[in-house]
Amino acid sequence: MTNKKIANGLGLLLGIFLVSGQALAFEGDAKRGRAVAATCTACHQADGSGMNIPGGESWPRLAGLDADYLAKQLHDFKAGRRQNATMAPFAKMLDDQQIADVAAYYSQMPVTPAQGGDVDAELLARGEQLALHGDWDKYIVPCKSCHGPGNQGAGSTFPGIASQHAGYIENQLRAWQADKRSNDPQNLMGAIAKRMSDEDIRAVSAWLASQTVTSKK
Amino acid sequence: MKRNKKTLAVAGAALAAGVSLAAFADPLPPAIDTLVKMGFPAPKEGELVHVPPTMADLEAANIHPKLKAVIRRGHDLFTNTQQLRGKNVFNDMNCSSCHLGEGRMPFSGPVWPAAVTLPNYRGKNGHVNNLEERIAGCFAYSMNGTPPEYGSDDMLALSAYHQWLAKGVPMYPDQPIYGRGFPAPQRPASLSYANGEALYMEKCAICHGKDGSGLYQGGKYVFPPPWGDGSNNWGAGIVRTHTMAGFIKNNMPLGQPLSLSDQEAWDIAYYITQQERPQDPRYKGSVDEVLEKFGPTFHKFSSYGKVREVDGHRLGDHANWGEKGEKIKPWNVGRPRFKDLEVEQ
Repeated sequence: MTNKKIANGLGLLLGIFLVSGQALAFEGDAKRGRAVAATCTACHQADGSGMNIPGGESWPRLAGLDADYLAKQLHDFKAGRRQNATMAPFAKMLDDQQIADVAAYYSQMPVTPAQGGDVDAELLARGEQLALHGDWDKYIVPCKSCHGPGNQGAGSTFPGIASQHAGYIENQLRAWQADKRSNDPQNLMGAIAKRMSDEDIRAVSAWLASQTVTSKK
Repeated sequence: MKRNKKTLAVAGAALAAGVSLAAFADPLPPAIDTLVKMGFPAPKEGELVHVPPTMADLEAANIHPKLKAVIRRGHDLFTNTQQLRGKNVFNDMNCSSCHLGEGRMPFSGPVWPAAVTLPNYRGKNGHVNNLEERIAGCFAYSMNGTPPEYGSDDMLALSAYHQWLAKGVPMYPDQPIYGRGFPAPQRPASLSYANGEALYMEKCAICHGKDGSGLYQGGKYVFPPPWGDGSNNWGAGIVRTHTMAGFIKNNMPLGQPLSLSDQEAWDIAYYITQQERPQDPRYKGSVDEVLEKFGPTFHKFSSYGKVREVDGHRLGDHANWGEKGEKIKPWNVGRPRFKDLEVEQ
């Protein structure tokens, strides 16, 4: 019992060390990140706006996302904790310093508008309901309860999802449903995604894409 | 996970169209079915089951537009109580921080039962309370503040929201209410502060912070603080270990109710309720006096006045009132009622 407690404690300490170590060891430099980003612009665009590709693999808007969140995703792609055939080879080209730099670079860009929010009013209303109030009768908690006020992100853990491309959000939620994405802490997103219907996913993705984020930082 | 389908009798309910309360056999209402499939207990025979109307139901309801606006205002106050910060609220909490699902969720202290069971005698203050007085208690303790006046616009709006959620439920029901309060899991033989701390850091800190301060970002509420100056004070119901254990077991981590074992929920609750928070407004300078007066009805379930084993700190032994400071005293605390009313035993 006592040994187990100590082991738990050590595991926890180690976990905290690894997570914070990863984020803190490399201070990101946006200027250096600009050079690193040269390989990213083909898909994510020079302004970090990405691209909504209906029916295909949409490229997420990176501009204005939290630097530590971006860095974690790159580390996860590199280590296979987040699986994506397109991103994996690019992430593997980056060392820890480059990851910190490119994350800093994109995080400092202004948030760009998203596409895919042009759907009918009824679907948008359902999306707004899910994003702001949830549907507790299905135990779908509101997006904003973790993604923060205006769904513009909370801390470094919960990314801003307002003004993100609908196609990208849809693909991610479907990946969580199918256990193809699981790099969220404590399965916080996965548990919710699995309770969403196809229409819920389309609705919330469209509504979030229709949101304008004016000022961040 | 076993589904237990039974006929549920609702005594004397005159059912209007669109009211979600029903004497049903099978199937369960979808909202309850969701919970049962997630592992919550199915309603027992004879329990009162009520699925409160949603805000969409409110918009569709055939009621006076001015009433609709007042209920909407009550909902807004309930889910964004921070708008009363500095006036009635002196911490980082909303009503909906603990009453999840906008106060509608079973096993998450659903608030509509207050509208149909009050006025009633309340052991906490030793007299008969109505709905407004009950809500006032939340402001004094859970919000570490001072309530809006009885009959004020804000109080009326909050009451109206509570009553609207109870739509269709008979007044003073005799039956036990399904999912009422924060039902605590079985208390384990022993509780571990160290295990609670380790689990808190592993499962809760990502949102609520390693120091329990929650997350307030850009001047806006994100995650509520389970302890510290931004949290409820020592007089709030959730300082009782079993209430916190019940909240955690049935609601946390968000979106994953019942994912923690009973032992885990209790250990985390034990850890959280042994952290400091603003003073109980019933304190007049002596922890022992508070314990003497309110121990039997309240603090025997909390850690108030206990000496924390890890560091020898006596919990609650301070004059820290949190953000409201010394000057603001909740006007409702200690206010008696019916002093001269004769009671036949």
